[in-house]
Amino acid sequence: MKKVKVYVTLRESVLDPQGSAVMGSLHKMGYDEVADVRIGKYLELVIEDSERNVDSLVNELCHRLLANTVIEDYRYEIEEVVSQ
Amino acid sequence: MKFAVIVFPGSNCDLDMYHAVKDELGEEAEYVWHDSKDLSSYDGILLPGGFSYGDYLRCGAIAQFSGVMDEVRKAAEAGKPVLGICNGFQILTEAGLLPGVLLRNKNLKFMCRTVGLKVENNNTLFTNEYEQGEEIQIPIAHGEGNYYCDDATYNHLKENNQIVFTYADDFNGSRNNIAGIINERGNVLGMMPHPERAVSELIGGKDGLALFRSIVKQWRESHVSHA
Repeated sequence: MKKVKVYVTLRESVLDPQGSAVMGSLHKMGYDEVADVRIGKYLELVIEDSERNVDSLVNELCHRLLANTVIEDYRYEIEEVVSQ
Repeated sequence: MKFAVIVFPGSNCDLDMYHAVKDELGEEAEYVWHDSKDLSSYDGILLPGGFSYGDYLRCGAIAQFSGVMDEVRKAAEAGKPVLGICNGFQILTEAGLLPGVLLRNKNLKFMCRTVGLKVENNNTLFTNEYEQGEEIQIPIAHGEGNYYCDDATYNHLKENNQIVFTYADDFNGSRNNIAGIINERGNVLGMMPHPERAVSELIGGKDGLALFRSIVKQWRESHVSHA
């Protein structure tokens, strides 16, 4: 089995009002060195071993549902899950 | 004319949509559950507002894989009128039946009030009962109504007259104030404002009624001419 950590973020060209609001709050708190905040999504998938290539599977899942590539980028990490 | 009002788990404007076509226009309408496998007996498809599947992941993202959506695609390909309002618009973009996507409003607020809409194209089956350039008053109620598309898509929409409604004022950040667009063929309309909530003076205005009347009028004319 594999654990896949998927990070979905708004593309750089897309305004992120949530990130802007959080950055404004951090500035009010005095953390002026924070230059930018972007908010994204983090998903964890557990995938059973099969004949399918995990990379192509994860890319397919991201393109079809997990990310909307009109506005979002995604990246992922694959970890081997050691059975207990 | 017989309308299907698609009901997803989380739809909440389905009753308003049904009321608009059934009670105000006197046409036939039926609620159709999201896993229905056959829409062939309907002449028009209505995707209501709400929060399908809780808006989890992204608004409209999960609904695009509902069983009924294959049938909605077939209806769109067959040239039947398909109207998606609010969450229905979000579903149509996620399903790829309309270009672009709806983002969070630029001020992060859920906004619920009546706004001015300009009819940018009255030469569609959804707007033939309006005047070109007419300004109408229609309620909005959305947190994610900020229409976004890239430059190429916008230019394409503009050149093909696919921008049907724009907001009189920018309040949610939508690209060029876009409030509603149609597909290239002109039979699929998505819009964030709620014409189904503006169908009688009793509820504050009836500027939305002409949209439903337009659909029925065009349908009647095409069916008479083919008879």
